[in-house]
Amino acid sequence: MGECKVTTVLKRYPGAGRDKLIPILQEVQEEEGYLQREAVVMIGRHLGVPTSQIFGVATFYNQFRFEPVGRFHVQICRGTACHVKGSAKLLETLKREVGVEPGRTTRDGLFSIEVVACIGACGLAPVISINGEFHARVTPEEIPVLLDSCRKKAQEVG
Amino acid sequence: MHSVTINVDGKDYTVREGATIHEACGEVGIHIPVLCYHPRLKIAGNCRVCCVEVEGCRTLMPACVTPITPNMVVRTGSPKVMQARKTIVDLLLAAHNCDCLVCDAAGACELQKMAYDLGLDRRSRAFYVCDDELPEVDSSSPVLQYDPSKCIQCTRCIRACGEIQGKGIIAAVHRSYQVEMAAGIHQWSDSRCDGCGECIQICPTGALSEKVSSGVRIWEAEKVRTSCAYCGVGCQLDMWVRDGRLVKVTGADVVPNFGSTCVKGRFGHTFVNSEERLKTPFVRLNGVLVEATWEEAIGEIATRMAKIRDEHGPDAIAGLASARVSNEENYLFQKMIRAGVGTNNVDHCARLCHASTVAGLAAAFGSGAMTNSIAELEHAKCILVTGSNTTETHPVIATVIRRAVREHGAKLIVVDPRRIDLVDNATLWLRQRNGSDVAWMNGMMNVIVSENLLNREFIAERTEGFDEFMKVIERFTPERVEEISTIPADLLREAARIYATAESSSIIYSMGITQHITGTDNVLSVANLAMLTGQIGRPSTGVNPLRGQNNVQGACDVGALPNVYPGYQQVAVDAVREKFEKAWGRPLSPKPGLTVVEMVNALEHGKVKGLIIMGENPMVSDPNLSHVEKSLDSAEFLVVMDIFMTETAVKADVVLPAASFAEKEGTFTNTERRVILLREVLPPPGQARTDWEIICDLSTAMGYPMHYNSASDIMDEIASVTPIYGGVHHKRLQGDGLQWPCPDANHPGTVYLHKDKFSRGKGLFHPVDFIHPDEMPDEEYPFLLSTGRILFHYHTGSMSRRVDALNEYAPGGYAEIHPADAERLGLVDGGLVRVSSRRGSIETRVMATERVAEGSVFIPFHFAEAAANLLTNDALDPKAKIPELKVAACKLEKAGSRR
Repeated sequence: MGECKVTTVLKRYPGAGRDKLIPILQEVQEEEGYLQREAVVMIGRHLGVPTSQIFGVATFYNQFRFEPVGRFHVQICRGTACHVKGSAKLLETLKREVGVEPGRTTRDGLFSIEVVACIGACGLAPVISINGEFHARVTPEEIPVLLDSCRKKAQEVG
Repeated sequence: MHSVTINVDGKDYTVREGATIHEACGEVGIHIPVLCYHPRLKIAGNCRVCCVEVEGCRTLMPACVTPITPNMVVRTGSPKVMQARKTIVDLLLAAHNCDCLVCDAAGACELQKMAYDLGLDRRSRAFYVCDDELPEVDSSSPVLQYDPSKCIQCTRCIRACGEIQGKGIIAAVHRSYQVEMAAGIHQWSDSRCDGCGECIQICPTGALSEKVSSGVRIWEAEKVRTSCAYCGVGCQLDMWVRDGRLVKVTGADVVPNFGSTCVKGRFGHTFVNSEERLKTPFVRLNGVLVEATWEEAIGEIATRMAKIRDEHGPDAIAGLASARVSNEENYLFQKMIRAGVGTNNVDHCARLCHASTVAGLAAAFGSGAMTNSIAELEHAKCILVTGSNTTETHPVIATVIRRAVREHGAKLIVVDPRRIDLVDNATLWLRQRNGSDVAWMNGMMNVIVSENLLNREFIAERTEGFDEFMKVIERFTPERVEEISTIPADLLREAARIYATAESSSIIYSMGITQHITGTDNVLSVANLAMLTGQIGRPSTGVNPLRGQNNVQGACDVGALPNVYPGYQQVAVDAVREKFEKAWGRPLSPKPGLTVVEMVNALEHGKVKGLIIMGENPMVSDPNLSHVEKSLDSAEFLVVMDIFMTETAVKADVVLPAASFAEKEGTFTNTERRVILLREVLPPPGQARTDWEIICDLSTAMGYPMHYNSASDIMDEIASVTPIYGGVHHKRLQGDGLQWPCPDANHPGTVYLHKDKFSRGKGLFHPVDFIHPDEMPDEEYPFLLSTGRILFHYHTGSMSRRVDALNEYAPGGYAEIHPADAERLGLVDGGLVRVSSRRGSIETRVMATERVAEGSVFIPFHFAEAAANLLTNDALDPKAKIPELKVAACKLEKAGSRR
């Protein structure tokens, strides 16, 4: 039960104030993979902070998610080098092929997209990472191929 | 105040030191445009449209945040400034959904005005107009909607919700150009938003707006300022009217609310448009109420009342005046009953709320009203709130309390058996057992005395009766009080120290103190506490009973009480009576009349035969309803004047259609003793008439001719016989109104009472001992029941339950039950429960909540179909004759199946 995990985290912060918000959000996300509505409400009650303010903080930082990540979590780099090498086109193709916006997860739970500022692999630009595995000098044409191989992998494993 | 010289646009000005450039320029008549700035809010400085050139500064400076310095040279309209301003507004427009053609805000929109002033038509705009798919509108709130596409991220709504309302529900979410305002988690209905609409009023564009479009733009409606018809705060409202219908309400930026309202004030007045309004008189023929003409109805009343008076004497007739109608109408009503009928049997529902305040504070101080003004509360250093769920019953006063705490660092002490919302803002919360108020207050005073925190100088100079009082106080040690009240002794000590030592302490109390058989004792204890510490008679310092209804203060002031004439002048005093006999031209009865509950009893026993009720609904509001019903049924002749066919009106022999508050002129007196104007916003529906016109005709037909040309004429007469209203005339009330006492035409009114001297001379200490409530839980009825109001409805619901938005917030009745009790009894949240007392039984929904203590139940009394007052106890306070509505014993049983 998600609620219990949140409760466990909150128990580590008895009598905490709003200054503990970010560590709590981080721990809850670590336990649950993302921030559920109920979790935000419970954190708000615990800290005495309106839920909208917690939501405001959580949406400000890129690290917080409001949906569980997909089985294949695609991170696309939009850093300077990747941008110069055409990552905008890449992102457009990725969004079209997967069918969701960055930060969201497909309904079947297979893919999620995350835009990152710089992945630290400028020599390989433009670069994407799927579940931590880097793909270098990706072209828009290669995107459907990469996604298909993921789908295939999912079918094989079942 | 020091001043400095600055040069603006080539001209020298002497301005106030410490002002910002924007303020200083505004004060000398130079307009600098702003968007994120609002005079009621702290400065955010985020929109940048106010940027000006300041000589010596490398960049343009935002005028709203930059303080002036001596000899500063400012240019507000240089080419550089205009270019920057155009660019900034151009950028805002690029991200804005410019749907001005169909926007409710058109004409009032500040962005629209700015674009117009800068001539930013589409040809001259430099930035690409965003035509992305528009984001969804959040219309999940019952009263408002948020359209992110029209939001300019000025954050005025966030600041208004936090700084003015003290709620902090709205926050900015996401980043950069995607920033949106949100309540809850992207859904307004998820949040604790209670729909006050402060954010709508302060939004510069159409981003936040009424959910139900008013269908009018600013230039299409007529705006009339008047006073709110709900609670005793007396908010000033601007009512927007088009084609004879009320279409929109906004808060007026004047005393006492300065633009704020609550959800009822802003969204709860559409009942005036209701199809259910009474439009013709009704007379009972062969047991059925049938439509009649005014002549028939008035004639019938005159004949029947004359018969009763001839056969049984004038004391067989009684009248219930109303805290909902104007001062002028209450004055005429009691005059008709006293001079026309010849009896003092006139009372109104103040008997059920603050009769004990009027009795108690009059005995202790000489005046039974709020000692201070609402605005003063904001600067009190300590506020003690007891027996008042202020956020729900006086929402705009609650915002003042929260501002005192949040913005000015006041200490708030809440003493309440329920965990009311104000507890969130409190330094201390003391949960007493219902009905143990005398005990905890005596306990606090015991601590104050034993720790030598009392104000000996004040006691010696300004009070009497201290020694007698001390004998009782000695017995109430905190430990003994803990046994009686369950308040931990140390908590009580801490509260006593905070209250006694603060520079300025204000007590706020309401029904939780007054509606007990010890109501008067409770009020006397409050008075003792204030006098013991000298916390009275100074700004922000005093004893402040919050009056419930819009005009309950006024109805008492103008004599709608059985023992006093207007201005609290005793009917039993010969000299006073002679004065009124002379003024009214009739002999008057020296015998004080019956109170509300006594009238009900007298009806049952046949001592009162005829009853005239003006704008009250005792069939829902009074305790022990089965008894009330039996009594009204045994009346020989019952007349009801009202705006709707209420639960009481259906029992009447004649029903007269009255004009609502929005359809007449007159005055109300709000809880801070401020006499405020009521203006005619709309014509009355059908043949409905104002109560004062009805009373004039009725009195004339009953043989005591009355004629007035206007409400203003009536007020002139009130002023002539009522010393505290001596200088109150309509023409003086156009601005902020006047606070009584206002003895003559040149008196400016009184902001706070008992400054150097109490109204009665010296303040009188009363020794008060503790006694238990009339009915305590026992084996058969093990739960402690209390009743009260909720934010979304008002009293018997005859107005608020005809408003869709309010019904969406609160569709029906419920009982707050502690989750542990619910579990023990097999009750589920949302399921049905049968609540029974010795007097009756109702079925209602369970609300499992820790707001109530274990063993306690709370039921709001607005809902006639599950009327809490079927259960309440009509035992009376012996002095003030107020019934003990706050304590009864009840039992709970599971009922029906889950809805």
